[in-house]
Amino acid sequence: MTDTTAPRPTTAHELPAADDPRLKDTWMRRQLVVLVVGVAVLSLLPLLLGEQAQSVAIRTLIFAIMAVGWNLMSGFGGMFSFGHAAFFGIGAYTGAYLLVDHGISPWISMVVAAVLSAAVGVAIAYMCLRYKLAGSYFALATFAFAQMFLLIVQNLDVLNKTEGFNVEILPSDSWSMLQFQQGSPLYFWIPLAILAVAVLISILYVRSRAGQYAQAVRDDEVAASSLGIDTMRARLIAVALSCGVTAVAGVYYTQYYFFVGPEQAFGSAVSVEAIIPAVIGGIGTIWGPVIGAAVVGPLSELVATVLRNPPGFLSFLQGTSGLDVAVYATLLIIIVIVMPKGIFGTIRDRWRS
Amino acid sequence: MTEATTRGDGPTRVVRVGTHPTTVVAVTVVVLLAAVFAVGGKDSGLVTQSIVTGLLLGGVYALVSIGLTLIFGVLGVVNFAQGSMLTMSMYVVYALVAGPGIPVYVATLLAIPVMFLFGMMVQHFLLNRLTSTGSHEGPLLVTLGIQLLIANVLLMIFTGRPKSVGTPVDGSFEVFGAIASYSRIIAFVGAVLVGVALTLVLRRTSLGLSIRAVAANAQGAALVGVNVRRVYALTFGIGAASVAVAGGLMTPFTSLTPSVGEQFTILAFVIVVLGGLGSVLGATIGGLVIGLVQTVGALYLPGTGSLILVFAVFVMVLFLRPQGLYGAK
Repeated sequence: MTDTTAPRPTTAHELPAADDPRLKDTWMRRQLVVLVVGVAVLSLLPLLLGEQAQSVAIRTLIFAIMAVGWNLMSGFGGMFSFGHAAFFGIGAYTGAYLLVDHGISPWISMVVAAVLSAAVGVAIAYMCLRYKLAGSYFALATFAFAQMFLLIVQNLDVLNKTEGFNVEILPSDSWSMLQFQQGSPLYFWIPLAILAVAVLISILYVRSRAGQYAQAVRDDEVAASSLGIDTMRARLIAVALSCGVTAVAGVYYTQYYFFVGPEQAFGSAVSVEAIIPAVIGGIGTIWGPVIGAAVVGPLSELVATVLRNPPGFLSFLQGTSGLDVAVYATLLIIIVIVMPKGIFGTIRDRWRS
Repeated sequence: MTEATTRGDGPTRVVRVGTHPTTVVAVTVVVLLAAVFAVGGKDSGLVTQSIVTGLLLGGVYALVSIGLTLIFGVLGVVNFAQGSMLTMSMYVVYALVAGPGIPVYVATLLAIPVMFLFGMMVQHFLLNRLTSTGSHEGPLLVTLGIQLLIANVLLMIFTGRPKSVGTPVDGSFEVFGAIASYSRIIAFVGAVLVGVALTLVLRRTSLGLSIRAVAANAQGAALVGVNVRRVYALTFGIGAASVAVAGGLMTPFTSLTPSVGEQFTILAFVIVVLGGLGSVLGATIGGLVIGLVQTVGALYLPGTGSLILVFAVFVMVLFLRPQGLYGAK
């Protein structure tokens, strides 16, 4: 901020020139470099991992895409969604329905699902935000919508009720139908590419006018609207992007697991899977959701491994189920109380100071 | 910012007096039920039966929702763990019945202080720091964590196999040709008694006064000497205790699994939205209405279909009267 009354440097050479490299905003460039390097490093993973580990890694990537999507509206837009299963489910079911009943390529479904999910998300958000019902109320309203979709899908004949959809396994590899030999590294590279696009969207969005507006509205709605920002529009853009990204994760889910049922798509556990990585990694940061997913994703596998051969003092836990969720629930509570900015946010703040 | 909007014009008073919405709701419900009788095309005995079941169920819903609305009205926190606290109290009752062999209703009485303490501890150790900073996402996420934790710890201890305590009082009672089992009647009466007792506590005692004062304006209450943190903890405790009553009373006719209470979080939320966030009276009426919607709706949409109607009510409320029946606006 320039203050006209402050004493100004009088001589020209004291003023840093406009093209001084120190004044250049390198934020965007640094994020893009990290993104490119990260993708390059991660794309080597399938060459190192076994089939079992690769499936864990792929699940982690799906988590990460959802979490990045969730973060767009909840982190940057300040509208907490507890019902991202709704948008994930719309994606998963759009993909399944179009493929199984109409033979349409999942690549097209991704676009259709993203548009559909964004439209539904905008409608829901508009309904909730119309009367300035935000915060916890908004969160639970989205949760209610996700539950409602779950029930509707379970009762709709056209969506096979509780049975869900099975994707037919093709005899040979097909790019257009997104099917490859089991364990093919392509099953890893494709979600990695989707994740990279999702992160790229976050990076571009945060610096875009729409993204800046949304963050301003999040931080102070009254101030933002007094500056002439259309607060509803700014928020709805965030919601649309968020729901679109999440839906693409859903389409890929169906494609990778060859199956989707109501609980896998719209169950409340799915919403939780979108929230937890983002919160643990850092809400409202670019890299938080990705880091959080990398922490949470392998956790249940790790817990399962520990439980198969528990060390002595944990032997009473052998054969129980639920420990993995209990562990990340505890992690969630601790993170929210002790480091509300998440792993990435906290480390970044330490680094800066 | 949202803090100001939700707490400022919304639930400034925990107990609201108002007859107008009550009449409207009563008339609407009666008209709709009459329509079901007249042109619903269902056997009238069946309809009476579902109305009786619905009202009895609604009483228990109301109690769970009162806990939720009270916590919201005072702390501004939507307790996402409300449903799993219900499950937890059911398992406490189950453990007392299955272990030392205490009768169900005595076990319920014992579960009340347990859950009250649990609620106070949750507020004191986990939520206090977050509520005093005024963030509303933090507490919501913590209660989400608690919900997951309760459900999964119960899963680890009791496994997922359904448990039941059996009915201590067998038999049933006939009202207008409809059958109501004693255990459900006891649950309803118990819920009503606790609801009335809570209302009296809120209106007549000094504790109730300080709770209402904190709900209206925490800072102002602190200035006149109310220990706000203590009131917060007590409120959460009361919210948990009312869930304990509901859980204990429902145990005789519920098949217990670690996720049995989950749907109650969202049901209670729908009820609270219908009644108006922070309104005890609204939660009571809302509970009865939703109970009716669910059972009468089940005549037409069997299985999980009747829950869709419950959500349809929710969407209508969002559209037509987002402040709820008893919300100030």
